[in-house]
Amino acid sequence: MSLSPELSRIRDQVESVARSVGLDFFETIFEMVDYDTMNEIASYGGFPSRYPHWRFGMDYEQMSKGYRYGLQKIYELVINNDPCYAYLLDCNKTVDQKMVIAHVYGHSDFFKNNYWFSKTNRKMMDELANHGSRIQRYSDRFGEEEVEAFLDATLSIEDLIDPHSAFEVASAGVDLSGSEEEEEAGRLEAKSYMDRYINPPEFLEEQRERLVEKRLEREKGFPADPVRDVMLFLIRYAPLKDWERDILSMIREEAYYFVPQGQTKIMNEGWATFWHSRIMTEHCLKDSEIIDYADHHSGTVFTSPGRLNPYKLGLDLFRDIESRWNTGRFGREYEECDNLAARSAWNRDLGLGLEKVFEVRKTHNDVTFIDTFLTEEFCREHKLFTFHRDEKTGRHEIVSRRFEEVRRQLLFSLTNLGRPFIFVEDANFDNRGELLLAHRHEGIDLKGDHAQQTLRNIHRFWRRPVRLRTVRDGKGLLVTFDGKDVTEEGADPPAADS
Amino acid sequence: MLKIHRDHARFRKIVRGSIKKNLRQYITKGEMIGKKGGKFVSIPVPQIEIPRFRFGKNEGGGVGQGDGEEGESVRGEAGDREGTHILEVEVSLDDLAAIMAEELELPRIEPRGRMEIEEHRDRYTSLRRTGPESLRQFKKTYTAALKRQIASGIYDRENPVVVPIREDRRYRSWRTVEQPESSAVIIYMMDVSGSMGDEQKEIVRLESFWIDTWLCSQYKDIETRYIIHDAVAREVDRETFYATRESGGTKISSAYELCADLLDREFPVTEWNIYPFHFSDGDNWGGGDTEIALSILREKLLPVANQFSYGQVKSLYGTGQFIKDLREKAKDEENLVLSEIGSKDEIYESIRDFLKSGR
Repeated sequence: MSLSPELSRIRDQVESVARSVGLDFFETIFEMVDYDTMNEIASYGGFPSRYPHWRFGMDYEQMSKGYRYGLQKIYELVINNDPCYAYLLDCNKTVDQKMVIAHVYGHSDFFKNNYWFSKTNRKMMDELANHGSRIQRYSDRFGEEEVEAFLDATLSIEDLIDPHSAFEVASAGVDLSGSEEEEEAGRLEAKSYMDRYINPPEFLEEQRERLVEKRLEREKGFPADPVRDVMLFLIRYAPLKDWERDILSMIREEAYYFVPQGQTKIMNEGWATFWHSRIMTEHCLKDSEIIDYADHHSGTVFTSPGRLNPYKLGLDLFRDIESRWNTGRFGREYEECDNLAARSAWNRDLGLGLEKVFEVRKTHNDVTFIDTFLTEEFCREHKLFTFHRDEKTGRHEIVSRRFEEVRRQLLFSLTNLGRPFIFVEDANFDNRGELLLAHRHEGIDLKGDHAQQTLRNIHRFWRRPVRLRTVRDGKGLLVTFDGKDVTEEGADPPAADS
Repeated sequence: MLKIHRDHARFRKIVRGSIKKNLRQYITKGEMIGKKGGKFVSIPVPQIEIPRFRFGKNEGGGVGQGDGEEGESVRGEAGDREGTHILEVEVSLDDLAAIMAEELELPRIEPRGRMEIEEHRDRYTSLRRTGPESLRQFKKTYTAALKRQIASGIYDRENPVVVPIREDRRYRSWRTVEQPESSAVIIYMMDVSGSMGDEQKEIVRLESFWIDTWLCSQYKDIETRYIIHDAVAREVDRETFYATRESGGTKISSAYELCADLLDREFPVTEWNIYPFHFSDGDNWGGGDTEIALSILREKLLPVANQFSYGQVKSLYGTGQFIKDLREKAKDEENLVLSEIGSKDEIYESIRDFLKSGR
């Protein structure tokens, strides 16, 4: 449903204010939806026409439950697309909608201008709908259960991509030509009506596996360097059927599309909040709306004791940057000043704040954002600390308030989107065509049962034994799934620098 | 229908499969009991998620915000990251009963005919040409109008305006159905003498949960009553039933007598399906009480009950004699079901014993 006349007027007003303050966004289309539709769209990650899969149903179940019990409510959803789509919840108050619309323009500006989003497909709405119908077609043709099982396995490795390679790998599909050619090579010549008999599927399967083996033999010690993008590796080298390869490629493409959102969570929300608060308080609020606005806004940036709200962190950092560049609290002279009184009274009246925040939103992601702009003063002022979980009591204990510690911990949790680093190390392990993955251990062990299950799923693609080299409790460990059983044995730990 | 409902239905099906697969474990551990609220239970479901390589339990800490000294506990709830959570799904008791029926292969109960109460209910199932405007069926009315226009040649493809007239109107209409309706009463009796310990009571609690679930799915109305006894019996509420522990001796006849009174007073056999359950460790006082109990059972309880179920829970002290006596002296009674429960692991079989007859 499109906007009511009243909300259309509000949108026009907010839009022109947003432009006047310097935001530069995609054309943004607003839709009003009820909470059930909102939960549905949110379950699909913002795209109503995605492929069918039960995990979306699972998300939906949890979201609906959260809504019913009043625990959570999604006010808005914004999709990185050109035009940008935004969904508003139809039962919100008018002042809430106004604020949410301002918030949406902030996101839309961020999508359009932040460098990390620059390689994402801006027609993803269409692309995902295409994926949806392609997967639906496969599932009609090859059987729902077959396709679902394959999707389960695929989703299990959808995070085994290289988030930083989004700039090298065009996020479009993968070139399959090589493999198809080779597949054709295994096929015996036959007239089309006889093809089914001369080249039965089992036979083709065998040929395909033989080809892979041959290729692996050619390339001993393959790959030469460890490969981050495990998905791509499997797409290229695993003995897959065409539809399987296609599904892997589609899911990989979707995973890459969602990477920047994970990489800029703090910034993106911080930026949108920074602007909705400015647009509302300086331009759009009527006197009668102040209380409701303040109530809702404080809900967004609410920090329960001891907890870190990433949205608030982003907002505070942007505000801090603005004030520092307005007053000139940066650069060598300021850094080297160790007179506390002088530092806190520092003001060069530069007025560069606004310019700086726009620049920051263009070039940074969460990691570089924290790395560059989190300062000791900021840590102290906002009372940041690191904590750990005490194994005995099960309680969280404050470990340190030192700036370096806080920064290190924050950066660690953001690195690689908080996921472990996994590489393909050897695709011809033991000269037997087995796949060896390596986990680059950085202090935290993998969750054992999940790792085993994931290995089973990878075996689904590779069809030969699959191994993972990792570390548990400080000792090297080699986990193997040979198609029947999972075994674990001690091993040399993976090279730390792999 | 929203597209998500298909995925959601698929997810529910997977959940159902998982519950079914783990039913024995749920029955034995009783994880979901106590989370029962109204018509739903919340069930923790293991491993309905997509496995990934991810960090395990020694996943360091995080960054927080707020007051407190180094080394102190974090005030309030800590963590900038979700904790590990187990997926909990809500399942309706009816679904749970259905799952149970499939897994335990339980037949549906056929209520005894004499207890049927006719219930009248209106169902809107048909259409007619007259009726109040509030019941007008919009679609059917227009379909009828369209048909009439096509048939009479008024319909114009270029200008497809369909205008219903009086004769086209269709109204929803009802049919009164008589629904057989039956009610049941469950009477739980438990020995709370000294020899029944916490473990024994836990077994009874678990069994009764599943029995309730099953019988509730079979009858429109269910009443549950609780009787505890040692040497004397009294009727109590549910909480007291599980919480009471007496030190006295045991006279099973006292409970049977009270049960018979209760049925006589409040649950006439013509209106109710009757399910007495008795749990004890089988240790009855001598002095002929077993004989008395048997005769009450034969004369007053078995004739009115759909089924009388006796569960004997093994305890350290009990002789377990009562079940032997029953086996010996009442073996011809068709609607008497006996089950011995040695430990929690045997609850599963015991429930099947009690419910498999379809009575």
